[in-house]
Amino acid sequence: MIELEGLTKRYGDKLAVDNLTFTVRPGTVTGFLGPNGAGKSTTMRMILGLDHPTAGSVRIDGRRYQELKDPLTYIGALLDAKAVHGGRSAYNHLLCLAQSNGIPARRVDEVLDIVGLTPVARKKAKNFSLGMSQRLGIAAALLGDPRILMFDEPVNGLDPEGIQWIRSLMKSLAAQGRTVFVSSHLMSEMALTADHLVVIGQGRLLADMSMADFIAQNSQCRVRIRTPERERMLDVLHTAGITAVEKDGGLLEVEGSRAERIGELAAEHRIVLHELSSQQSSLEEAFMQLTAGSVEYHAHTGQAQQTGGTGPAVVPAQPVAADTKKES
Amino acid sequence: MIEAVGLTKRYGDKLAVDNLSFQVRPGAVTGFLGPNGSGKSTTMRMILGLDNPTAGTVTICGRPYRELPNAPRQVGALLDAKAVHGGRSARNHLLCLAQLSGIPARRVDEVLGVVGLHDVAKKRSRGFSLGMGQRLGIAAALLGDPQVLLFDEPVNGLDPEGILWVRNLMKSLAAEGRTVFVSSHLMSEMALTADHLIVIGRGRLLADMSVKDFIAANSAGFARVRTPDTEPQQREKLTSVLTEAGAHVLPEQDGALRVTGLPLPRISDLAHEAGVRLWELSPHQASLEEAYMRMTQEAVDYRSTADQKAGLMQPLPPGAEPPLPVPGQGQPGWYVPPPPQRDERASAPDTAQSSGTSGRPAAPAEQPSAPVAASAADPADSAPSEDAR
Amino acid sequence: MTTQIIRSEWTKIRSVASTVWTLSLALVVTVALGMLVSALTRHGFENMREQDRLSFDPTYISFAGMGLGQLAMIVFGVLVVTNEYSTGMIRTSLAAVPQRGVFLASKVAVATALALVVGMVTSFLAFFLGQALLGSLGTSLGEEGVLRAVIGGGLYMALIAMFSMGIAAMLRSPMLSLGILMPFFFLISGILGAVPATKKFGQFLPDQAGSRIMQVVIPAGDDTPYGPWGGLGIMALWVIAALAGGYLLLRKRDA
Repeated sequence: MIELEGLTKRYGDKLAVDNLTFTVRPGTVTGFLGPNGAGKSTTMRMILGLDHPTAGSVRIDGRRYQELKDPLTYIGALLDAKAVHGGRSAYNHLLCLAQSNGIPARRVDEVLDIVGLTPVARKKAKNFSLGMSQRLGIAAALLGDPRILMFDEPVNGLDPEGIQWIRSLMKSLAAQGRTVFVSSHLMSEMALTADHLVVIGQGRLLADMSMADFIAQNSQCRVRIRTPERERMLDVLHTAGITAVEKDGGLLEVEGSRAERIGELAAEHRIVLHELSSQQSSLEEAFMQLTAGSVEYHAHTGQAQQTGGTGPAVVPAQPVAADTKKES
Repeated sequence: MIEAVGLTKRYGDKLAVDNLSFQVRPGAVTGFLGPNGSGKSTTMRMILGLDNPTAGTVTICGRPYRELPNAPRQVGALLDAKAVHGGRSARNHLLCLAQLSGIPARRVDEVLGVVGLHDVAKKRSRGFSLGMGQRLGIAAALLGDPQVLLFDEPVNGLDPEGILWVRNLMKSLAAEGRTVFVSSHLMSEMALTADHLIVIGRGRLLADMSVKDFIAANSAGFARVRTPDTEPQQREKLTSVLTEAGAHVLPEQDGALRVTGLPLPRISDLAHEAGVRLWELSPHQASLEEAYMRMTQEAVDYRSTADQKAGLMQPLPPGAEPPLPVPGQGQPGWYVPPPPQRDERASAPDTAQSSGTSGRPAAPAEQPSAPVAASAADPADSAPSEDAR
Repeated sequence: MTTQIIRSEWTKIRSVASTVWTLSLALVVTVALGMLVSALTRHGFENMREQDRLSFDPTYISFAGMGLGQLAMIVFGVLVVTNEYSTGMIRTSLAAVPQRGVFLASKVAVATALALVVGMVTSFLAFFLGQALLGSLGTSLGEEGVLRAVIGGGLYMALIAMFSMGIAAMLRSPMLSLGILMPFFFLISGILGAVPATKKFGQFLPDQAGSRIMQVVIPAGDDTPYGPWGGLGIMALWVIAALAGGYLLLRKRDA
């Protein structure tokens, strides 16, 4: 369990993290979302005791990080896959981490095997591709067999097989009752992995709820109906006070009513259905809806195209001045 | 239009790219997929004339890259976002490139605006985050307003807004009639972006078809059926009726049923006859990822294994309850069952043809992906994996 | 707990190539240059001035390579600390060992122990080979002050490495640390110690004070206000100050 209490971090006169209070619970995969510069990385570094909070506190299983004896056996983290001394072999990298926390050396071979790096264990890390470094970072996180795991952008650089593997790894870690806290920019990936979401924007908590609630709250639910008895269905819906929109191909679309209700109505009037499905917004749509107000700078619309006719007519992207400061 | 004919690249005795022929057509976003080390980067570099093919040719608008007059105005590419001199500002980096190919300086400011970097245009690119580097790389690709664009992993390091923006950018470039060729590992992203797919494995072409056809050919669709939650006997009844009719029924985590082997109207009729009320009846296509996994099964480099654990987990503090595992979680995602395993590792390609093509879609220009003893040697994305063998 | 961190630091230090090449360079340069100067001195002794012959210090002559060899020790000390920062490894390390004082102490202890061993080997090797080449001009360990000077040579090298670690912990960047330390020890300190106007101050600089211990024969007219051990003590104070500064900054800073 990770508990944040009024966590605040100020750089100069800028609040990077602003009074964050939330709890990451065991047994589920909790996604940590936010636009660039929202304070995700700072928060994660404060959880690991790397950055000092300006105010507030973080507790790992009830204790401050500095008070943990052998912290890797409580919490394992993957922050930056490339944060490895390139001249050291994968095995030695993990060995020095293991030794610092009194973890037996055979565990190093185990985790190397788990992440599939055994054949390159003695190779220098600087020759690793991003995907391989990512696997090494995941091995380091698993090293102490910790009850809490934290991953920052774990699928970066992995190929589809690796992405699928890390996804099921995180799910199975959570199913074992561990706390899994993952940040990612890939909404489609998050939608498949996380059960619970913590969303921040400009350092402030925007949402802390289950994935289903998050999507439901930030989107409108539509129901698609396909039936050979379209006219009768329309009548039935009309009588029940439900407005249906006719789409092409004989499709009916209903907004603001649940599929269950329509199914019951159809059954009551013995109408055959060929399709009855709820169309939910994607996590990405819901996320965009929620964070629309908290992206730091908005597009200077149209500015780019006015200057000349040579450019492709595309929408200018959000300026990204915001994420430079994280580097310092 | 990019056209590869019999494209082959050999490093020592390893074939990185093996007799690849395909066309990337204008007006569509073409996705370029393949596991690590399958030869994607080598192919991209050969398209751009950076590597010389061992055999075969690759042409852009009918000519090899190196023979294109003023190539930067015809082809734009994002290969490695970090391939920028770190001490130079974003604007100067683009200005150098623009001057090289006679592009007016105001175009630099235009593309900086397009990618949203105008506020940091004068900053040294060394301080850029991965996402900003990526935007700078995209700006460089757009600089010459080219008709052909190549992107390698364009969304790397971008935040959700940036990802959405890149996706729309690529679609709009294609809608303007340009040729857009994108490689990526993110299947979910590809499914949203690409219209057409070229899939390679171990240097050979595995598929060249539309996304829709690819998914249809490599996976079975299914129907999700939900009966009233309040009456479990309805669900059982429907399960037995459907099974009798020859369907394959699997329970889902949330109590719905996953039905394969029957069309939706038939399921509806059967439910109707049995007097079962339906709360949901929705068609589902397998995801691009599932389809891709099924196709590239054999061509993967690193396999992960299960965690043995050395019993290191800290005991819970006194008084704390161990959390109960959440039912229904932890099962790896549902995937289409793998294609029939190949019984022998055929050494000669012609024997593989007979034994190895089961479970493969009838793809146009399909190549039997004979397991090559030594797999592709793509210096960029598999150099370390060569060491592994 | 500290033992496990020391073991971890030992794994870190032995698993990078820079350890081997910096330390062997320190040894080879010091010994080889000492041998060269000893051999040249033996051939040129007849032509030396009377005054120089009287204050001739065969022990100190065999340590003539120390001035250059210490630069390799500085590189060793700097890299041991800064490679954590330049690779980003520091975050992984501090997440594994959040007690930053223990972390720095273990790192410095392991690196110093290694530097001390190499320093001692270097010092004894430089002495014996130097004396062998000096032939009849040479001295032996049995003479008064000679054993002290030879052991002192090893201590000096270890202290130089420690001082560099402290500075590197403050500055974090390898380029910056080396850019300050190398010219300082190679040039500036020597100039400050030689120019009369700054000599008063220059002789209290770490290398000037520390190298006093390697001298057996004090030249005539020398007015240095400290003895061999006093000089080493002054150097040790510099080392403590550098390490304390490094520790305070490490504790205060965000990793």
